[in-house]
Formats: sequence, C-alpha cells, structure tokens
Amino acid sequence: MLAHAIFFYFFSFVAIISAIMVTVSKNTVHSVFFLILDFISISCLFIMIGAEFLGMIMLIVYVGAVAVLFLFVVMMLNVAQQKNQWFKSTDTSTHIPIGLIVSLIIFFELIIVIGGWKYKPDIIKNFSDSLISNSTNTHTIGSVLYTEYIHLFQISGMILLVAMIGAIVLTFRKREGVKRQNYFSQISREKNQGVELVEVKSNEGVKIDV
Amino acid sequence: MFEVSLGHYLTLGAIIFTIGVIGIFLNRKNVIVILMSIELILLAVNINLVSFSIFLQDLSGQIFTLFILTVAAAEAAIGLAIIVVYYRNAGTIRVEEIENLKG
Repeated sequence: MLAHAIFFYFFSFVAIISAIMVTVSKNTVHSVFFLILDFISISCLFIMIGAEFLGMIMLIVYVGAVAVLFLFVVMMLNVAQQKNQWFKSTDTSTHIPIGLIVSLIIFFELIIVIGGWKYKPDIIKNFSDSLISNSTNTHTIGSVLYTEYIHLFQISGMILLVAMIGAIVLTFRKREGVKRQNYFSQISREKNQGVELVEVKSNEGVKIDV
Repeated sequence: MFEVSLGHYLTLGAIIFTIGVIGIFLNRKNVIVILMSIELILLAVNINLVSFSIFLQDLSGQIFTLFILTVAAAEAAIGLAIIVVYYRNAGTIRVEEIENLKG
C-alpha cells in the first residue's frame, strides 16, 4: 500500500509538472516533449490502478501517433523558435486576469465536487457486479466492447475514417507546373484516338502531320 | 495520506484540467499549444473516467475512455490540418495575429 502511494505521488507529480511545462515552455518542441512525458506518466498511473489495456492504448495512440503528429507539424511550420510572451503582452489586454479567475473558479468547483463526493460513499455499493473478477482487464474489455458496444465501436471507426479524409482534403493542393497522370483520360482512351491506319500507295510514301 | 483513494485521482484530474484551461486562456504563442491544452483537458477527463470505472467496479468508464481517445485522435488530426492550411494562407499562426474574425 505504501509503495502504491509512493508511485501514485511520483507519477502524479511528474504529470502535473510536465502539464505546467507544456503551457509555459518557451519552445514549442519542448512543449510537445513535455506532453509526451505527461501522457507516459498518466498511462503509468492507469497501468498501476488496474486499467492496463487503456494505459497501453494511450501509449500507442497518444505517444506513438498524436504527439508525433504534433512534432511533425511544429517542425514543418517553422514556429519552434517563437518566443513566449507570458504576462508581458504589448497591448493592454484584459483577458489574462479574467482567464486566471475563470480557471481558478473551475478548479475550486471541481475540488468542491470531489469533497462532496467523499461524504456520500454509499453510492459505491450500487454497482460492483458487472466486472468479471477472474479475467484480465483486456479480456473483460474485449468481451464487452465487441458485443454490447459494437455499434459505438463501428461509429468510432467511421469517425476516424472521416477525420482521415478530412485531413487529406484540407491539406491537398494543386500545384502549377507539375506534370501528373490524369487517370481518367488515361483509362478512357480509345483505339481510334491512338492508332491511325493509313493506306500507303506504292512509290509515293505518306505524309504524316505531326 | 498513504491510502490512495478515488479522491486523489479526481484531484489529479481536476489539477490537470485546470492547467489545460489556463493554457488555453493565457496562451500568447501559437495555436498548436492551444491544441495541446485541449489534449490535456481530454486527458484529465480520461483520468476521471478510468478512476471512477476502477473504484466503482464498472467497465463502462473504460469503454467510454476508448471512444474519447478515438475522438481526440481525430480532433488532433483535423486541427493540425486546419493549422497547416492557415499557415499556408496567412503565413503565421500566432494567436495575436490571427484576427480575421476580430474576436
């Protein structure tokens, strides 16, 4: 129990520090690296608490795909060296104190909700029968995900497909002066457009108009 | 203190959520950091769902976290594509200089 607590505090400390560093870091590439550190520590927390499938999936999806996507875009757009201008904006904007106030209000509301949760512990007893105890987490998720939630699963696949098509359509552009195949004209070419039969008379030859 | 309960995980989720909101509000850099703050907020929501799912012994929270993960990946892809297109058109993605909508 003590080791569990020590690991919890260690990973949550790393997660909070790196989450702060994501927002205050001067370099955008460093922000992406701290985001990766944040995801890794949170997925360690998930594995520690008993949701090992989600921890691994978070490692694969976030660290392997999303963070690398962020890194590619940051490097491609040449914005990595833009200096951070925290709290010293040139114009007298009022959105910084308002943003701080709103964020702190949100934080205290969440803390109040959590404190209120502690005083109603008997709500926990109402659940506690839908988790199969003698099989692994992955096994249990698989047995539920492909039976009860199969429609949501397929809809999420459609969401990914639409996102992929949308990203391709958004970033696609036609450049001038680039020769490329036109598949339609290539396929719809007929014989009489390509080949011309000429009757050649003897001793006269033929004149080809090029 | 040494017994990690549900409240600890919820507090961690609340702290990370608030850091994400602060990152959205106080950002003076580029829009990519705002997207990363949105990822932080979704991560906090995932922490809440998974910890409730574990402590209540109910698997629905983890299933829902999977779908949130899907939507987050799709949102990151679309958002980054929009940022790339905007950078190609306007030449900048600094938050202060994006003022086409006069917001």
